[in-house]
Amino acid sequence: MSLSTFGREGSAGPAVEGRSLVKSFGRTPALNGASVAVAPGEILAVMGPSGSGKSTLLHCLAGIFIPDAGEVYFDGRRTDRLGETRRSEMRRRDFGFVFQFGQLVPELTVEDNIALPLLLGGMARRDASAAARSWLPRLGLDGLGRRRTGEVSGGEAQRVALARALVHHPNVLFADEPTGSLDSLTGEHVMELLVSLTRAEGTTVVLITHEARVAAYADRMVLVRDGQVTVAEPLAVPSNPAEGSAARPHPPSLAR
Amino acid sequence: MSVPLTLLGLLERESSYGYDLKRDYDTYFGWGRSLPFGQVYATLARLARDGKVSAGQVEPGAGPDRKRYSITELGASEVEEWLRTPIEPEPHLQTLLFTKVVLSLILGRSARTYLDTQRAAHMERMRQLTELRRMAGSVEALLADHGLFHLEADLRWIDLTEARLASIAKAIENHEEVQP
Repeated sequence: MSLSTFGREGSAGPAVEGRSLVKSFGRTPALNGASVAVAPGEILAVMGPSGSGKSTLLHCLAGIFIPDAGEVYFDGRRTDRLGETRRSEMRRRDFGFVFQFGQLVPELTVEDNIALPLLLGGMARRDASAAARSWLPRLGLDGLGRRRTGEVSGGEAQRVALARALVHHPNVLFADEPTGSLDSLTGEHVMELLVSLTRAEGTTVVLITHEARVAAYADRMVLVRDGQVTVAEPLAVPSNPAEGSAARPHPPSLAR
Repeated sequence: MSVPLTLLGLLERESSYGYDLKRDYDTYFGWGRSLPFGQVYATLARLARDGKVSAGQVEPGAGPDRKRYSITELGASEVEEWLRTPIEPEPHLQTLLFTKVVLSLILGRSARTYLDTQRAAHMERMRQLTELRRMAGSVEALLADHGLFHLEADLRWIDLTEARLASIAKAIENHEEVQP
């Protein structure tokens, strides 16, 4: 996706884009000219070491932070100049969020947690509850709707968080280390659901992770380093006749 | 993958014809690299010579080798021993990765560019394996997982090496001995 094809009115452009973003916290620079564009329906993994600026990038793209310099676009419209009210409306309506720790409301039931974005959006309680309930089976949460979220396991809580992030059919899902607090099997289950549900819904995903195995679920990966984005193009690996070629569905090196 | 021991292991389930052994081997362990018939029969002949399998009478019918093979007590105890023994934990030094990094630094080239390229290639492979695992049955997934964990280990090495590039370059410049 080249920058020149973007920026008109077109829906052919990126779903979200940041251009030359700069953001500092006091004297500490977090972003230093970071640019990234995510195509509609794409799952983009953002990787990078701790402190590289990847979470700050997500917060800028999602309209949580305002960059010191640079431009942020959602669906072709510039968002970093919107007022707080319009940005928060955009976040609520167009975006979904999953964080490392579910950040559910522990006093509320699973169902009410999932219904929250709909209630905040003004939907009637009965409709919101019904919509929330319809997500339970899709996430393997049948029978847990009436539980308080303080009473469910870590993996279940992350699935509730995922349902809550998707219940209002957002355009973009921002996921910041969504499996960071889970063991690898539970994390895989969450990623499996995240990928299959967002693919089914056509949701664009910005996935922050420092784990390669999580990033491998994405369509594409970029690396944040020193506040800048490095695009990692998947280069062709020259096939090595001695070791068999990449054309094989399973590499011989795995089969030994 | 040790072909003789694997065939021996398959025989421990039940006596089988060479053809059936080959088919099962290809299904479970072949992964795109099927076992040639010649190798199956040569292996079985060797195992029979060493008393680890016994060959039955030739049975009437079509096909290259209508003999039913059974595992012997010696063969069974060898399988048992093999499955009990851990594999030598190889250091998996990835000597090729190591060589490319060090050689790049010696030649004053950008090792970082190479590491970035390699990281992208590793990530692409991991993406393919993850996709494959999502579509695969649980047995294939097991193999994909093994590959994924190994690639992940390489990536961690790549990240760490990148973080240490400056000090490695200095060490090489000072002709310090670099131990793999």
